[in-house]
Amino acid sequence: MTLLVAALLCLIGGGILSLHPRLGARVAVPGCVIAAVLGVIPATQVLSGGGVLSLRAEWAVPGGSFYLHCDALSAFFLIPILVVSALGALYGAEYMRHSVNRAHWFFYSLLVAGMAGVVLAWNAIFFLVAWETMALASFFLVVTDDDQAPVREAGWVYLVATHFGTACLMILFALAGGGSGPLDFDPMIATGAGASTWTLGLVFLLAVVGFGTKAGIVPFHVWLPEAHPAAPSHVSAVMSGVMIKTGIYGIVRVLTSCGVPPLWWGWVLIGLGLLSGVGGVLFALAQQDLKRMLAYSSVENIGIILLGLGLGAVGWTFGEDRVCFLGFAGALFHILNHALFKSLLFLGAGAIAHATGTRNMDAFGGLFKRMRHTGGTFLAGSMAIAGLPPFNGFIGEFLLFLGGLIAVMSAQPALCGAGASVIAGLALISGLAVAGFTRAFGSAFLGEPRSECVEHAHDPGWRMLLPMWILVYFCLLIGTSVGPLAAYNSPAWSAAWPGKTPEIAFAVASCLSCVSLWAGAFVVLCLLLAGFRLLLLRGRSVRQAVTWDCGYAAPAARMQYTASSFAQPLTDMFRTVLHTKVSGGAIADVFPGLSQSSSVTADAVRAGFYQPLFSGVLRGVIAVRRLQHGNLHLYVLYIALTLLFLLFMELG
Amino acid sequence: MTMYEYSCLPVVFGLTLAPFFLGIINRTKAKVAGRQGQPLLQAYFDLWKLLHKGAVYSRTTTGIFILGPVVGLAAIVAVLGLTPFAGCPPLFSFIGDLILFAGLLGVMRFATMIAALDTGSSFEGMGASREAWFSSLAEPVLWLSFAVLARLTGQFSLGAIQSEIGSALWAASAPELALTALSLFAVFLAENARIPVDDPNTHLELTMIHEVMVLDHSGPDFAFIQYAAALKHWVLASLLAGVIAPVHTGHAWIDITAALLTMAGIAVATGLVESVMARLRLTRVPQLLVGAGALGVMAFIVDIMR
Repeated sequence: MTLLVAALLCLIGGGILSLHPRLGARVAVPGCVIAAVLGVIPATQVLSGGGVLSLRAEWAVPGGSFYLHCDALSAFFLIPILVVSALGALYGAEYMRHSVNRAHWFFYSLLVAGMAGVVLAWNAIFFLVAWETMALASFFLVVTDDDQAPVREAGWVYLVATHFGTACLMILFALAGGGSGPLDFDPMIATGAGASTWTLGLVFLLAVVGFGTKAGIVPFHVWLPEAHPAAPSHVSAVMSGVMIKTGIYGIVRVLTSCGVPPLWWGWVLIGLGLLSGVGGVLFALAQQDLKRMLAYSSVENIGIILLGLGLGAVGWTFGEDRVCFLGFAGALFHILNHALFKSLLFLGAGAIAHATGTRNMDAFGGLFKRMRHTGGTFLAGSMAIAGLPPFNGFIGEFLLFLGGLIAVMSAQPALCGAGASVIAGLALISGLAVAGFTRAFGSAFLGEPRSECVEHAHDPGWRMLLPMWILVYFCLLIGTSVGPLAAYNSPAWSAAWPGKTPEIAFAVASCLSCVSLWAGAFVVLCLLLAGFRLLLLRGRSVRQAVTWDCGYAAPAARMQYTASSFAQPLTDMFRTVLHTKVSGGAIADVFPGLSQSSSVTADAVRAGFYQPLFSGVLRGVIAVRRLQHGNLHLYVLYIALTLLFLLFMELG
Repeated sequence: MTMYEYSCLPVVFGLTLAPFFLGIINRTKAKVAGRQGQPLLQAYFDLWKLLHKGAVYSRTTTGIFILGPVVGLAAIVAVLGLTPFAGCPPLFSFIGDLILFAGLLGVMRFATMIAALDTGSSFEGMGASREAWFSSLAEPVLWLSFAVLARLTGQFSLGAIQSEIGSALWAASAPELALTALSLFAVFLAENARIPVDDPNTHLELTMIHEVMVLDHSGPDFAFIQYAAALKHWVLASLLAGVIAPVHTGHAWIDITAALLTMAGIAVATGLVESVMARLRLTRVPQLLVGAGALGVMAFIVDIMR
C-alpha cells in the first residue's frame, strides 16, 4: 500500500510542481513514469497473489473517509491506467514542446491521479471527489486549444454530459448508502445482497446511466466524438484508452456487488452493447475526421465490452459458470486490449495530424513512404482493433465467441438467445471494424498523396515514436503469449470472480495457449513464404512501372478511391441510421464543368434527441427568468419569503 | 474436452487437390455452354508458369503490396491446418479452433484489401471497398452457421463437430442441418467471389471484386494469390461437405472416396449455378447475404422450439 500511496503522491506532487514556469513537463513527465513504476509493482502482486491492500484514515467531511482499497479488480484497471498515462506523458512531452499552456501538465497529472483514485477509492465521498477531479482535469485538457470555437463547444458538451453522469452517481450512493455512518463501500456491499429487488434494479439502472455516460454507451455517448478530437492527441489517447474504462469499472463494481443479477440486467447490457457496438462502428465508417472516427470506434469497443458483461451476467443468472467466466473474462481482456491499441492509434493519429496539419482522411494518401514508423505502428494498431490474429484484439473476441458458443448449447431458451445475439452481433461488429480500419489505414498511408499537405510529412522524433512501439510490443505480446500468461495468472482470475472454479480458468488458458501456438505457426509460415518468394525472384527481372490499372495512360492522384468513397456502399446501405447529408456533385450538363461535393454525418442521437431536448429546457428556463430582475430589494424579498415559509413549516 | 488424434491427411489433400477443384468448376461451365473447355489441370499449369516469371511493381506501391500475397497464403494454409476432411481430424485442433478459423480468414481478407489499396488505383480501391462491404455481411452468416452446428453437436472444435455430424444427427434434426448447409453454401459463394456475388470470368473487366483487387500483382506474387484462392475454395467446400455428406463407415478409403466425390459434387454445383444465372446487381447482394443469415436464425428457432 505504501507504494500505491507513494505513486499517488508522486502524481499530485509532480502536477503541483509543474505549475512553476521553469519546471513544467520536466517534473510532470518523470512524475507520471515513476508513479507507473511504483504503482504497477503492488498491482501485479495483488493480481498474481490474490489478497487485498487497504488503508483507511478518518476525514472530517460527513460520511467521508480516506479509504483506499486495492483488490484484484482495482489492480486490473490500475495497471493500464498508470502504464498508458506514463506512455502518453512521454509522447506529450515532445508533442506539447511549443505549447504556451502552463497548466497543461498540472491537469494531466491530476487526471491520472483522479483515475487511479477512482479505482482505488472505497468510500462514496472519496470516490466522488476522485471522479470529479478526473472529470474537471480532463475538461481543462480538452479545452487546451480554447481559441477555437469548436473546441470550446466540445468542452461545453463534455462538461454537461459528465455532470449529468455525476448527478446519477450521487443518487446511486444515496440509495445504496441508506443509513448513517461513513459511506464506505464495505457496508454498502454487505447490505446490497439483501436489499429489495426494486432498490437493486434502480441502483443498477443509475449505474448504467451514470457510469455509462463516462464510458460512452449509446445513447449517452454524444460528448465522446466531440471531446476526443478536440483534445491534444496524448490526452485523447488517455481519455479514450483508459479514462472511459473507469465508467466500465463502476458498472462491473456494481454488478459484482449485488449478488446474482436478475435476467433483465443481462439483457439490458446486451441490448446496450449491440446498440453501442453496431452504432459506433457505423458512425465510425461515416467520419472523415481521423480522430473523430477513432472516437466512434471507442463507442464500438465499449459495446463489445458490454456484450461480454451482459453475457457473463446472463450466465451468472442461470448458474452456468463457464458462460459467466468467459463473458466477464472476455470483457476484461477487451478492456485491457482496447486501452493498448486505442491509445496507440490516437498517438499515431496525433503524429499524422502533427505532420500534415489536418485530420481529414480524404486529404491523406501515401504517408507510408514518408512515415515508416508511424505507418508500421498504425498498421499493428489497426489489425489489433479489427480483432485479427496474431494481435491482442483477437484474444478478447475469442473468449467472447467461446462464451457465446457455450451459451448457445444451453437448453434454456433465454441463455441460448443471449449467446446467439452476442455471436451474431460480435460477428457483424468485427466484420464492419475490419472494413473501418482497412479504410483508415489504406486511405491515410497507401496510394498517392491526395493533397499537398502530405508532401513534406515525416516521422516525429524518437521520443514520440518510442511510446508507440512499446504499445505495439504489448499488443503483440498479449496476442502471441497470452496462453502461458493466463495460466500463470489464473489464481488472480478466480480471486476476481469468487466462486468461479480455477479449473475453468486453466481450461481456457490451455485453449489460449493453442491459439498462441497456431498464431505463432502462422507468423513463421509468413516468414518462410517471404523467404521462398525472395528465392524465386533471385536473378529474375523485377521492374518498376506505373500502376497498371487496366491500362490507364496517365493515372492521377485525384482518381483514387478516397476514405469516403471506400465507405460509401456501407454508409449508403445504412442510410436510415446514419442520415448522411450530401450536397453538390450532381451532373446537370452534357459537358460537366467544375463541381464540388461534400458529405457530413452528424450524430443521430445528438441531432434527433438531445438538441430538441435542450432547446425545450432552454425555453422553460427563459420562462423562469422573469423572476430575475437584477433588483436587489426583490431578491431580499425572495429570501424573506422563503425564511417565512420555512418558519411556518417548522411551526406547523 | 477430449483430445483427438491428429492427421496431416486433410492438409495433404488440400494442398494438392485445391487447384483441381477449380478445374472441375471450369469444366462444368464449359460443358453446359457446349464448349470443350480448358484442361482440367489448367490451374496447375498457370501456377507453374507464374512461379517461373519475374515481376513488375508499381512505383506507388510499398512493402505492403509485397506482403499482401505472402500473408494471405500463409493465413489460408494456417486455416487449412484447422480444417477437418473426410472424417480425418485436422492437423491442429483445440476447443474453439473455429474462432481462429474465422479470424485467419479475416487476416487473409485484410491483407488482400490493403495490398489492393497500396496501388493507388481507383479500380482496386473499388474492389477493396466492395470486398469490405460484402465480407462484413458474410461474417455473421458464417458465425450463425457455426453456432447452429455447435448447438446441434455439442462440440466446440471443427474436427469434433464434423465427426459428430452423421446419419443419426441428420435423422434427428434434418431441417436445421439443411438450412445451415444452405447458408454455408451462400458463404462459400460470397467468400470465394463466385456468381451470383462476383463474376470470376470477367477477368480484367470492371464488374468484379476479387479479381480487380489483384490486377497489379504479377509473377510469383500472383501465383501465391491464385493458389490461396484455390485453397479458400477447398477449405470452405470441405466445411460444407462435412455437413451435407457425413460418411463415417470406419473404412478410411470409403470415407475419403465419399468425401472427394462430395467435393466434386460441390464443384459441379458451383459450375451449374454459374451457368444458369447471372451475377446479381451489386445492391442486391446484401439481400442474398441477409437472407442466408435469416436461414441461420431460422435453424436456431426450429431447434429451440423442439
